[in-house]
Amino acid sequence: MISGRTLNQGASTEAKMGLAFGEETSTCALSEDDLSVMGLSGGGNVLIASPFGREVLRIRADKGLPSGMVFIPMGPWANSLVGPDTYGCGMPNYKGVEVEVTPTKEPVKNIRELFAALQRI
Amino acid sequence: MTEDVLCTFCGCLCDDLRVEVADGRVQKVRGACRLGASKIMGHDRIKTPMIREDGVLREATYDQACARAAQILLKAKRPVLYGWASTSCEADRKGILLAEEVGGVMDTTATVCHGPSILGIEEKGLAGATLGQVKNRADLIIFWGCNPAEAHPRHALRYSSNACGRFTPEGRSGRKVMVVDVRETRSAKNADKFLRLIPGTDYEVISAMRMILGGKADVVPETVAGLPKTQLVETVEIMKNARFGVIFFGLGMTHSRGRYKNVDNALSLVAELNAFTKFVVMAMRGHYNVAGIGQVMACASGYPMSVDYSRGAPYFNPGETTICDLLNRKEADAALVIAADPASNFPRSTVEALAEVPVIQIDPFENPTTLLADVVIPSAIAGVEAEGTAYRMDGMCLRLRKLVDSEFPSDEAILQRIIDNVRRLRA
Repeated sequence: MISGRTLNQGASTEAKMGLAFGEETSTCALSEDDLSVMGLSGGGNVLIASPFGREVLRIRADKGLPSGMVFIPMGPWANSLVGPDTYGCGMPNYKGVEVEVTPTKEPVKNIRELFAALQRI
Repeated sequence: MTEDVLCTFCGCLCDDLRVEVADGRVQKVRGACRLGASKIMGHDRIKTPMIREDGVLREATYDQACARAAQILLKAKRPVLYGWASTSCEADRKGILLAEEVGGVMDTTATVCHGPSILGIEEKGLAGATLGQVKNRADLIIFWGCNPAEAHPRHALRYSSNACGRFTPEGRSGRKVMVVDVRETRSAKNADKFLRLIPGTDYEVISAMRMILGGKADVVPETVAGLPKTQLVETVEIMKNARFGVIFFGLGMTHSRGRYKNVDNALSLVAELNAFTKFVVMAMRGHYNVAGIGQVMACASGYPMSVDYSRGAPYFNPGETTICDLLNRKEADAALVIAADPASNFPRSTVEALAEVPVIQIDPFENPTTLLADVVIPSAIAGVEAEGTAYRMDGMCLRLRKLVDSEFPSDEAILQRIIDNVRRLRA
């Protein structure tokens, strides 16, 4: 898994509690071949699991991605899968995280649901 | 219509926007990309200061919020003050003063962005240039691990691949453009040549290019990280034969395995290319003033980020004084977050650690960090509602203008009020 900026992510980044940011950063991109293998060419959701977390995301096809790679716009969904280790230089591994992607019928959380467990009460 | 307005989104810091202001509000932005227009037009604002009581954020006055913030910082043994890249250098300077007053750690968003690049630059030195030099002279543009089409949308047209300059009047058609990335991005579609890397192999590929450049191609294997040697030889020849070449590198290089060593290696490649031709290298900085907070911190402390003021003298040690590590080790016991959103941008377990300590947030807009905050202080938007200084990604210093009056105080004014409260409480 790699994460990075997209136009839609950037354009909504100062309105993170709005729908646009949540929808963009909870949508992962996969190659058409990978989507076809998983039977998801027509759309759907996937559960992405790393050693550090698991989240449900929407999917979209990206012809520029090679098979075996998933791209997630930078944001809290991608970072749910990122480990905390900074390898002595202060920065976690935002790119190159090994993940497992499986089709799921589970729904995608909205941004408030994603943070519900952490919110101050 | 206000002319030559600076855009306060990305490190391009475009200074040619036209903004229409009427009835004390920004009505229209012309000449900006989608990212910049969205920022300047504004969104839902945090309307009033708030303090969390019994789990609920309740309205408060600025006096109450600044006093509560000062109490939290004074009570903490290891406060960390984080953000600083999307505000003015004047606010940054106040932040350093506050960090000194409370013996805190001053860290910036660079720590999870181009921080490793800065470490690499400190190790190796950098053959640099201004974006103006690139626009006017460069005939070879290489984007390595960056996607300006989406992250810096006007970069190509204003400064690099498609810009028409004094000695580059033909613009895009007079230049060669290469993209090196693990995926075929929008930027790659504008390139003459695209090198697809296997993730995490930047170091190997750069090392092979350095060997080829140094006349040792015979000992380079036939394939390097999946790339045929012939392709690397061809690439190095293109680089050697450029009149003025530039590598713009992004988080693809610094966020990947190898991190600052990748940058160190790329800087060495560029330094060695200067034996053959003029070649420069530049980091594609993200936040509009992330270069500025680096300058202000370096000027004030000698270090570019992650500066610990708890010892009475500035101390910097990446991996120790960096915010993610302070939180991961459960060392930080309070956080002031300004112009940043660590709840969205840090790994989940680091955010969980942040959620366990008192958090003060200074920001114009609500974001997930607001959900964790104990004190929320809304501020004016720098470059729209408050003036100040910012540094472009190439180190060019530019002046932010105030376009409209605001009911909200500037970041600088809020920080001064917190400093005043710290001094009053301590006295």
